[in-house]
Amino acid sequence: MKKQFKTDKHSLIPKHLKLNEKEKQKILEQYNISLNGLPRIPKTDAAIVSLNAKPGDLIKIIRKSPTANESVFYRVVVNV
Amino acid sequence: MAKETKDKEKAKESKAEEKLEEVKEETEEKKAEETQKEEAAEEKKEKEPEKETKEEKPGTAAEETQKEEAAEEKTEKTKPEKMELQEQYIYKQVNSIVFSVLPPKTIKDMASAKIVTPELYDKEGYPVDGGLMDIRLGVIDPGLRCKTCGSKLKECIGHFGYIELARPVMHIKFIALLLNLLKSTCRDCSRILIPQNKIEKYKEILDAAEKEKGLEERRNKIKEIITNLKTINKCPHCKARQQKITIEKPTTLFENEKRITPIEIRTRLEKMPDEDCELFGIIPPHARPEWMVLTILPIPPVTMRPSITLESGERSEDDLTHKMGDIVRINQRLFENINAGAPEIIVEDLWDLLQYHITTFFDNAVAQLPPARHRSGQPLKTLTERIKSKEGRIRHNLAGKRTNFCARTVISPDPMLKLNEVGVPMVIALKLTVPERVNEWNLAYLKKFVENGSDKYPGANYIIRPDGKKKKITDETKEATLEEIQPGYIIERHLMDGDRAIFNRQPSLHRMSMMCHKVKVLPGKTLRLNPAVCHPYNADFDGDEMNLHIPQTEEGRAEAEILLEVQNQLISLRYGLSIIGCVQDGISGNYLLTKELVLSRQEAIDLLSSVGIEDFSKLPKKEKIHGKEIFSVLIPDDFNFTGKTRSGEEVVIKDGKLISGHMDRNNLGEGSGLLLRNIHKKYGKHATIEILGNIFRLGIFVLFKHGFTTAVSDTDLPEGIRIKINETLENAKKEVVSLIGLYYDNKLETFPGKTLRETLELRILEVLNKARNETGKIVANEADKSSHTMIMADSGARGNLLNLAQMAACVGQQAMGGKRVEKGFTGRTLSSFKKGDLSPEAHGFISNGFKTGLTPYEFFFGAITGRDSLMDTALRTPKSGYLYRRLTNAMQDLKVEYDHTVRDAAQKIIQFDYGEDGVDVSKSENGIINIKRIIKTIGV
Ligand SMILES: [Mg+2]
Ligand SMILES: [Zn+2]
Ligand SMILES: [Zn+2]
Repeated sequence: MKKQFKTDKHSLIPKHLKLNEKEKQKILEQYNISLNGLPRIPKTDAAIVSLNAKPGDLIKIIRKSPTANESVFYRVVVNV
Repeated sequence: MAKETKDKEKAKESKAEEKLEEVKEETEEKKAEETQKEEAAEEKKEKEPEKETKEEKPGTAAEETQKEEAAEEKTEKTKPEKMELQEQYIYKQVNSIVFSVLPPKTIKDMASAKIVTPELYDKEGYPVDGGLMDIRLGVIDPGLRCKTCGSKLKECIGHFGYIELARPVMHIKFIALLLNLLKSTCRDCSRILIPQNKIEKYKEILDAAEKEKGLEERRNKIKEIITNLKTINKCPHCKARQQKITIEKPTTLFENEKRITPIEIRTRLEKMPDEDCELFGIIPPHARPEWMVLTILPIPPVTMRPSITLESGERSEDDLTHKMGDIVRINQRLFENINAGAPEIIVEDLWDLLQYHITTFFDNAVAQLPPARHRSGQPLKTLTERIKSKEGRIRHNLAGKRTNFCARTVISPDPMLKLNEVGVPMVIALKLTVPERVNEWNLAYLKKFVENGSDKYPGANYIIRPDGKKKKITDETKEATLEEIQPGYIIERHLMDGDRAIFNRQPSLHRMSMMCHKVKVLPGKTLRLNPAVCHPYNADFDGDEMNLHIPQTEEGRAEAEILLEVQNQLISLRYGLSIIGCVQDGISGNYLLTKELVLSRQEAIDLLSSVGIEDFSKLPKKEKIHGKEIFSVLIPDDFNFTGKTRSGEEVVIKDGKLISGHMDRNNLGEGSGLLLRNIHKKYGKHATIEILGNIFRLGIFVLFKHGFTTAVSDTDLPEGIRIKINETLENAKKEVVSLIGLYYDNKLETFPGKTLRETLELRILEVLNKARNETGKIVANEADKSSHTMIMADSGARGNLLNLAQMAACVGQQAMGGKRVEKGFTGRTLSSFKKGDLSPEAHGFISNGFKTGLTPYEFFFGAITGRDSLMDTALRTPKSGYLYRRLTNAMQDLKVEYDHTVRDAAQKIIQFDYGEDGVDVSKSENGIINIKRIIKTIGV
C-alpha cells in the first residue's frame, strides 16, 4: 500500500481547525465582518484536506510565533 | 475560383465605400440601395448617442464658457458678491462612471472644423482654413481670437476637428477586443456563437459574478466565456460553418489565410445585435463594436499641440501635428487614388500606410511596428507616450507635485546646530517668505519688515491686500505701502530664526525622510544640519542636496510641528530604538574620554563649556577628573542603566554617574543599544535631543583638544611580524601548490556532490581564506592599540579590523560570485600567466597589503571585483526601488483599527492582531516590552 503523507501531522504545518457554525458566527460577530471580508484559503490547500472543509467554512489556524508565542488566524474556505 | 473571390471582395468593398459616402452625408439617395434591415439597425444605433451628445456636449460647453465669463466679471467687483458666487456652487455626488467608445456621430458633432489639407500655413504664415492649425481649433497665438468661441489665448480651451478617412482603419487599442469579437461571432449572421436559449443564462452568470465579487470578476468571467467560444465552428443560429481567424500583428486580420479588410470587419460588427454585445462587456448605446473600426478621426485641438517659435523665427510643430499631417496627406492621396480608379494594389498600399500612421498616432511604441521618427531620428511622442510612464501625464503631471516656497542646495554638517535646527543660507532666507497677517498688535512689528524692504534682512518681499491682490515691495512703492498697511493685510516677511521648515532628502523612503526643523539663518551657501540627523535622511556630505519647504499657514505649521518635528521621530517605528545617535567623531571622542582620558579641572570645565554646559556642580571637586566623570555631567542625576560595550564589558550608570565601562557605538550609535532608548523613555523627547546633542558635541570637542587623525604609521608593523605574516602566506601558497599536485595526480579526495575540479577550488579557497584570517589575527594582536585607527575600529566609529589588516598585511582573495576570479582570456585570467595556471596569484589572490602596494596583476584583480560590485549596486538600486514602490502602493491604505485588526480600504481583514503580537514597535524597546522593568518602575 502506498504510504500517505499526512500534512496535518507535520511539525512545520501549523494547526488547522474547522470551526462549527456557532463558533463561526461568534468570530464574524466579534470582528463585525462578513465572510467576504476575511482572508481566504482554497479548499484544496494541503493543510486542510483532512478537515473535509466546504466553501464557506471558517478555518482557525494556530501558529507558533517568535514574538507572540501563539497567534490565531482565521481563513474562509473557498473554491480554488 | 480565385476570380470569384476577387469579385466578391470588390463587391464588398464598393458596398463599404457606399457606406462611407453615406457617412459623408452627401448621398442620401444611395441609402435606398442598402438593405432595409441594416438601415433600421443603423438608425437605431446612432440615434441614442446622438441625442446624448446634442443635449449634453455642446450644451455644457456653452454653459461653462458663460459661467466662466460671469465669474470673471464678478471677481473684478467687490468682496460680498464673491461670497454669493461661492454659494452658487452645486455639489454632486458621483454615483457611477461609464467608460464608452466615442461614436463617429459624436466625433462629427463635437468637431468645429473638418480638416481636408495637410498644409499648415499659407505664404503669409496665416493658418490655412481646413488645415491642421485651423483657427477654428483654438488659439495659440497671443492677440488672436478663436474663430469658434471668440475668446482669447489661454481662455479658449481649444476645439476638436475631424477628418473623414477614405477607408476605415483598425484602432490599435481595440485590436485584442476586435479579434475576440470576430472569433466568437458568426461570420454570416454576426450573432454570438451561443444558442439563443442560453444567452439569458450567461447574462445571469455575469450579473451574479459582478454582484458577488465585483466588476473584476465579471471581466474574468467574460474572458472565460470568450475562450470557450473560440473553438465552436458551427453557428447555433444560422448553422453556418465558422472559419479560423488569425491575427498578424499588429493590425491585420486573416480568415483562413485570407485577409479581412477593416471594411468587412466593420460590416460584420454592424450587424451584431445589442443584446449580444452585452456579453462582451460592450453596453450599447454607450459603445458599439463597429465604432472600434475608425471611419472618422477626431483631430485634437491645437491647444494641446502648440507650435513653438524658434529663435530663428522658424516655427517648430508639435509631434502630434507632424503625425496628423502624415495622416491627412495619406488620406488625401487615398481619396484621390480611389476616385481616379487606381489599381487595387496601389490603393491597398496607401490604405496600409494610412493604417500605419493612425496606429502610430495612437501609440508609437507598438512592438511589431517601426516607430515613426523625426528627421533627427528620435521617435515621435504621440498620444500613448504622452500618458504613459514616469514622464507621462499621469505620473509626471497629475501624481507629480511641484511647489513654491521651497529651496534646494548642497548640504554640509554643523555639529553646533541643535538636532532640530537647519542652517539656511542668507540668500535663501531673503527669497523664502512667511506670510503674517497684520492686526493692531503686530502692526508696528510688521511695518519694520516693510521698512527694510526686500534687500535688507530681515525684510519683506510682498504684501497681500485683503482683496487678494499681491504687491511687490520695492524702493519706489515702499513709502506708499507703509501708509497703506492696516489690519487685514498680509505681509510676506523673510525667513527668520525659529520659523518652521520641512527638510527632506530623496529618496523619501520612510517618514523620517521629511522632518520639521527650526530655521537658523547662517552665512554661507549650503543648508546645514547636525551630523547626528544624517542617518534618518541617509545623507552624507559628498555633494548630497536636500530640500527645504516653508509651511505657509498656521495649520501647516502646526501639523509640521506636531507630526514631523525631529523630536517626534526619535524612536524608529521599525525596530523600536533611537534612529538618531552619535556618529563618527561623536563616538570615538566619547570612547576616548570615558575610557582613558584624565583631565585637569580647568580642562574639564573648558570642555564642558564649549559643549554648552553652564552648570558644573556635578563635577567632582578635585584637580584630576576622569573622563567618565566629565561624561556623567551630561546625564540626568536620577538615571540608572546597565548595558554592554562592544567588547562585552558591562556599562553601569548609577544615579546619573557612569561607574564602569565606556561609551562606544553600542550605546551611543543609532539603532543600537538601549541607552538612548531609556533616556527617551524616562525624560521624554525634548530632553533626549538635548542630551544627545550635548554628548555628540562633547565627543567632537574631546577630539578637538586631544587631536585625532588616521595615519599611515597606524598600519606599521614590527619587522618580526612582517616576516611572520610572509611566512604564513608562503606556507599557504605551498599548501595550495601541493593541493594542485594532488589534483593532477588524481589523488585529491572529492567532496560529495562536487567534481574533482570543484573540490580543488573549494580546498584552495579554504586554505587561502584561512591564511588571510591568520594574517588578520596577527595584525589585530600586534597593532598598536592606542593608534587612532584602532580607536576608531574599537569604538565602532569607522572601519574594522579587516580594513586594517588589508592595509597592513594582506588584501586577500578577490572573489567573483563566490569563486576565484576566472574571467579573462581562454584558459587564463591575464596574459601574465600561463594557460591552465591554478596558482593563487593567477586567480586573484592579493598577498600584498595596500600599504606595501599591489603588483600590476594584483591591482587588476582588485579592479575586476571592484567594478563587478559597482555594476551590481548600479543595477540593484533601481530594481529594489521599483519593488519598494510596488509595496508601498499595495499597502498604502492598510490601517490598524481600534480592535487591533489590520484592514484595507474595503474594511477587509489583513491581520487579526497587528503583527501577530499587537505590539506597536515604536512604543517598545527593540520590539520587546520589558515587563520586568515596568513592574520595577511601578514599584509593585
Ligand atoms: Mg552622498
Ligand atoms: Zn475657442
Ligand atoms: Zn450565424
